[in-house]
Amino acid sequence: MDALRQKYIDAIANVADESTLEDLRVAAVGKKGEVSLKMRELGKMTPEERQVAGPKLNALKDELNSALSAKKAALADAALDERLRSEWLDVTLPSRSRGQGTIHPVSQVTEEVSAIFADMGFTVAEGPQIENDWYNFDALNIPPHHPARQEFDTFYMNRAEGDDRPPHVLRTHTSPVQIREMEKTGAPIRVIAPGRVYRSDYDQTHTPMFHQIEGMAIGKDISMANLKWVLEEFFAAFFEIDGIKTRFRASHFPFTEPSAEVDIQCSWVDGQLRIGEGDDWMEVLGSGMMHPKVLQAGGVDPDKWQGFAFGMGIDRIAMLKYGIPDLRAFFDSDLRWLRHYGFSALDMPTLHGGLSK
Amino acid sequence: MKFTLSWLKDHLETDASLDDILYALTDIGLEVEEVINPADTLSEFTLGYVKSAEKHPDADRLRVCQVETDAGMQQIICGAPNAREGITVVVCKPGMYIPGLDITIKVGKIRGVESHGMMASEKELELSDEHDGIIELPSGKVGDKFIDWLAANDPTKVDPVIDIAITPNRPDALGIRGIARDLAARGLGTLLPTKTAQVDGTFECPINVTIDEDTRTDGCEVFMGRLIKGVKNGPSPEWLQHRLRAIGLRPISALVDVTNFFTYDVNRPLHVFDADKVSGDLRVHRAKGGETLMGLDDKEYSFDAGMVVISDDKAIESIGGIMGGLATGCTETTTNVFLEAAIWDTIRTAKTGRALKINSDARYRNERGIDPAFNAQAIELATQMILDLCGGEASNVVTAGEVPDVSRAYQLDTDRVQSLVGMEIAPTTQRATLTALGFELDANDMASVPSWRPDVQGSADLVEEVARMASLTKLEGKPMARAQVGVPRAILTPMQQRENMARRTIAALGYNECVTYSFIDQASAKLFGGGTDATMLDNPISSEMSHMRPDLLPGLLQAAARNQARGFMDMALFEVGPAFHGGEPGEQHLLATGILIGHTGPKDVHGERRSVDLYDAKADAEAVLSAVGAPARVQILREAAECWHPGRSGVICLGPKKVMAVFGEIHPKVLTAMDVKGPAVGFTVFVEQPPFPRNKTATRPALALRDLQAVERDFAFVVDADVEALTLVNAATGADKTLIESVRVFDEFIGDSLGVGKKSLAISVRLQPIDATLTEKDIEAVSDKIIAKVAGATGGELRG
Repeated sequence: MDALRQKYIDAIANVADESTLEDLRVAAVGKKGEVSLKMRELGKMTPEERQVAGPKLNALKDELNSALSAKKAALADAALDERLRSEWLDVTLPSRSRGQGTIHPVSQVTEEVSAIFADMGFTVAEGPQIENDWYNFDALNIPPHHPARQEFDTFYMNRAEGDDRPPHVLRTHTSPVQIREMEKTGAPIRVIAPGRVYRSDYDQTHTPMFHQIEGMAIGKDISMANLKWVLEEFFAAFFEIDGIKTRFRASHFPFTEPSAEVDIQCSWVDGQLRIGEGDDWMEVLGSGMMHPKVLQAGGVDPDKWQGFAFGMGIDRIAMLKYGIPDLRAFFDSDLRWLRHYGFSALDMPTLHGGLSK
Repeated sequence: MKFTLSWLKDHLETDASLDDILYALTDIGLEVEEVINPADTLSEFTLGYVKSAEKHPDADRLRVCQVETDAGMQQIICGAPNAREGITVVVCKPGMYIPGLDITIKVGKIRGVESHGMMASEKELELSDEHDGIIELPSGKVGDKFIDWLAANDPTKVDPVIDIAITPNRPDALGIRGIARDLAARGLGTLLPTKTAQVDGTFECPINVTIDEDTRTDGCEVFMGRLIKGVKNGPSPEWLQHRLRAIGLRPISALVDVTNFFTYDVNRPLHVFDADKVSGDLRVHRAKGGETLMGLDDKEYSFDAGMVVISDDKAIESIGGIMGGLATGCTETTTNVFLEAAIWDTIRTAKTGRALKINSDARYRNERGIDPAFNAQAIELATQMILDLCGGEASNVVTAGEVPDVSRAYQLDTDRVQSLVGMEIAPTTQRATLTALGFELDANDMASVPSWRPDVQGSADLVEEVARMASLTKLEGKPMARAQVGVPRAILTPMQQRENMARRTIAALGYNECVTYSFIDQASAKLFGGGTDATMLDNPISSEMSHMRPDLLPGLLQAAARNQARGFMDMALFEVGPAFHGGEPGEQHLLATGILIGHTGPKDVHGERRSVDLYDAKADAEAVLSAVGAPARVQILREAAECWHPGRSGVICLGPKKVMAVFGEIHPKVLTAMDVKGPAVGFTVFVEQPPFPRNKTATRPALALRDLQAVERDFAFVVDADVEALTLVNAATGADKTLIESVRVFDEFIGDSLGVGKKSLAISVRLQPIDATLTEKDIEAVSDKIIAKVAGATGGELRG
């Protein structure tokens, strides 16, 4: 029996493929295999002999079976290894290409600004871009032929012959939305209004279309000091620089009284603008307390309510924050520019997650 | 508005430093745009004394000078003809920057002899064009600063020139006196008293003046003038010429320079006629239309009816408040001059100036508003100055019209001022500020407005005056509490959320967002159903931007053409923004448009590159519709606009009148016209069209999961080639509305074996049993119904 065992153990060890192993299994422990035949002989034995030979044969059968399955697994592993070796691929080949979309800086910054003002309780309003001159000028205390009107470089829409109304304009600022929102909701109100505006000007730093964001807050005791705080908070949040300094300079706009232009702290280092440091100032917006005539035009009683308004260039603050040098490139759709200055589709600005990554 | 510091000090007594003045100007709303201070470039130079000057051993024209300086005796080689012993000079030591030469001086050897600096000429220090020799000073000690010497002996040379921006509401600040008044009100000195003059006429003015009745209102309110005879015109004195030159004006002659002086000194434009060239009397009237005048700027102007002009007995001689005529202008030979000071209507002046395209100092000021109360005194002061500079004899003053009464008063509410500004400003301070600005307050705080402030039209304007003088720079921000306590609520409207969702979905699909102009050229607009007169700009900036865009496609296709010209042939561009279907406010609609051009990607090793096709565009349109919550069950109709390929485009809609999107291939003619190399496909989602759910709730409907296994069965039908897949799918779906969960087309085959004009469409039908497992018999029954339905709807037969 030991010889039998040794014969098969050696044979199993030397097998090189699965079919030989199977042949070996049949020869050893198959129905007609040597071990099975020996088992059949047990019947002819005396009970005493059987008691000795039986367990030995069972043990031999178990041992051979486990040797066979171990060898089978080893052969399978070896075969798999062999197959995997043959399946080598050049992993440095380029991956399947997938287009990378981008969000335009104007859209991204509009969402950033909206996120900040939403937290301060402002809603977002919109208005028509072709405006009638009442909303764009008269209601904002800019009477016809006032020199202030000429400073806007207004685009006028064509008037059909026989239509004697004053020509419509492409809105020169987002301020007409102030009037429309006051008409819609009355006071108190807090609203911002981002959007396209148009002025007939095209040079190094001007494009005939650009983007503004208007802000307006009306309440019982809202003051210019509140305006200053709101804007200081806004700049700190938007530029993500704590303690960024702002400067309010008295100025004049027909629709606010008093009026202030607002500068933020900056410096120029090697021709590069840096926001939030240094001794220079960069003008970023115009603002003021809403003129009583403007409140009246919107149907709000200036004896009962007061409020502030401001307007700033979205493209401009985008340029300042992200170091984009040329306004004209915003509207040129150069793929290289879109990819370089654009934002990922999933890069959604939030206050809790941060505005910029 | 330019002025010099010394001119300012004609009106303001002040010890304030230049920096303090500049800071205050900007803070009170007179924004400093530029300061040219000669002292900045001259601050280092000091005086020296030439102790000896010997001829250079190797050069006849050079002198070797020993110069006493604040750094001891220095040897300086100098080539100036006046370099000699015993003169006081301006020394530039090594390391100093010479502005006129744009170099920094170094120790050097000139023909073998060391030189430790230079002695400067006026040109080298940019003081004048004088370069015949070095500066020789008649006084001064060694080591004195040159700028101090200049300040004491020749102050105009170091007079800083300040340029400030004047907002349109402040005509008074277009005169240096107005600026001085503002600074005094801020506390930077004392406003000096106004000069006064009274010249009594010695004879009757031979030129009479009238204003036509219809020209009094909205034309010319008052016109004053007088003749000054026997003047001697010529160059004005050096001090006046220097002042005018310093602020960028060209001195012309004494008479003209006087008018310019008053324009800038007190914002009082004047005009002088050569009286000998005026025929008879002067008449202020409206032009009939078509008359012409050669202006002082040598250009001919043609008048529209209603413009206000001044004529003599023969012709129009001057444009009221804007520009005089060349024929009656003063020259060097003028001996009799007629001086004019008038109050012109601001709006009329602005209209006329704009129509004639004249940008004169006079127009700029007259259209903003001149102090009418000063008119009579202006005539006297100017007469006095002309008599002083040119001699002569003045007539009495002729006056037409009346000085308008502009007096008005508004209530100062000192509490309201503090409430609006949010700053504590004592009532006494408020009153003092207004008084310093020329307002007169009575016991009840009614503030009478000074005649030079046409901009002040109500109490709110008083607030601005107080606030700007109190300093907005100093204003402390005050927190503004949220309107509602607690966690801020969402503020975007459903449509705004949808717009953002559409934008970010398209970007996630691989498109680059563009922002293109809202206006395009008419030819491009016409390709997309626009270019109408209603959407035309009256004054476009160029013919490339003449019409409001009817669609976002033209702007994107132009962008694609530009990128292709740069060598980028494949791209995915999109824009979310308004298109305009009319010229009235509100005739705009929000679109989200994407275009795919060229191939799906660059050439690659995986062999997956292919041309983009309409199914790419369709997939993206569907993805956007799904993202914005549009209903899933839609119709697809072939009713796309003409800019699309007629056979390869469709609209996704809820019935023919509710179009939510369009997709397809761009029409080849459009691509050719816009110079884009195809293939090009695209889509537009009409963002505002998909309906919003009626009941907005965050709760989802319950999820119905079936335990029984679903069964899939495939069918292939042979149908006519023009049968649309959706028709077949809808027919199959309708065969059993409870059992059939979905029907999906998985193959389209066109081949000769099917017969001409035929195609095979293969669908996979998924059956979801609800109560019991399906038997073969059940499935057979459904299959029969599907085959019958499809046959009925399309004439299709099961493929053998």
